[in-house]
Amino acid sequence: MAIAALKTQRRNLVQSMFDEGVLDNQFNQLQDLQDSSNPNFVEEVISLFCNDAERIITELNRYLNDQNVEFSKLDSYVHQLKGSSSSIGAYRLKLACVNLRQASEERNMEECAGAFNSIRREYYVVRSKLQVLIQLERHIVNLENQQ
Amino acid sequence: MEMAVDETQFHVLAVDDSLIDRKLIERLLKTSSFQVTVVDSGSKALEFLGLNDDDDHDDDEYERRDSNSDEDQDHQDLGVNLIITDYCMPGMTGYDLLKRIKKSSSFRDIPVVIMSSENIPSRINRCLEDGAEEFLLKPVQLSDVNKLRPHLMKARSNERLFDQH
Repeated sequence: MAIAALKTQRRNLVQSMFDEGVLDNQFNQLQDLQDSSNPNFVEEVISLFCNDAERIITELNRYLNDQNVEFSKLDSYVHQLKGSSSSIGAYRLKLACVNLRQASEERNMEECAGAFNSIRREYYVVRSKLQVLIQLERHIVNLENQQ
Repeated sequence: MEMAVDETQFHVLAVDDSLIDRKLIERLLKTSSFQVTVVDSGSKALEFLGLNDDDDHDDDEYERRDSNSDEDQDHQDLGVNLIITDYCMPGMTGYDLLKRIKKSSSFRDIPVVIMSSENIPSRINRCLEDGAEEFLLKPVQLSDVNKLRPHLMKARSNERLFDQH
């Protein structure tokens, strides 16, 4: 049965994300807040998160490429990204933010560059997996509505 | 839907500069059957309450004297039973907001809860010492929100105890 197979796929995807540390328990909290009165809650939060994260990553890139890096501005942005990563349960991305904050505090440009690359990498990983998850969700809901 | 007389909904004012966190806290609070107003800054919170940003004197006292209704009536009309605010916000921090609320004769009895993503004991102690009811670590969970109800029940019963009407 198509729906059952999709649900298994969804379950496996989420489990793998937990196993790899891409997501943590906070993501479960998000899912628990979704119900029939708010059926798109998780998708909406993910969408907000991605827009926000991309905006911040763009800013971080800009600040890091300045001749004179404004570390306090940098820190403010990383703090925001760390916060929203934590709020949706994007665990590895959150850790990458912690590393950038550390490097920024130490004024270590090389470390900052490395940490920023990690942030970008972890963001794309979590975003692409969450996008697959959202597609699976939509597909499942469509099939369920057709029944 | 019928509401029992005693269980009138509690109205929570939530303050957070993060869009994602605002969405989360709103959902958390609504799931727990609170009525919710969400704003994105301390100054918007003060504006909502009808308080001035001005630290020099307690403006709301002058407002109250001008209007015909008395302090308590205005407080009840607005109906904010709890304020939950993020600590780290640009401009007015959650701590600044806490201090401002506690300085206000109209609103000092409203319980204030602070949220923060950073676990800094000195920060937590300072907030609690200066009148915050609770300090919650982010990300805030449903179980944290359930901790709020006793503060609201207590504040409500105190209100009734001292109610002149």
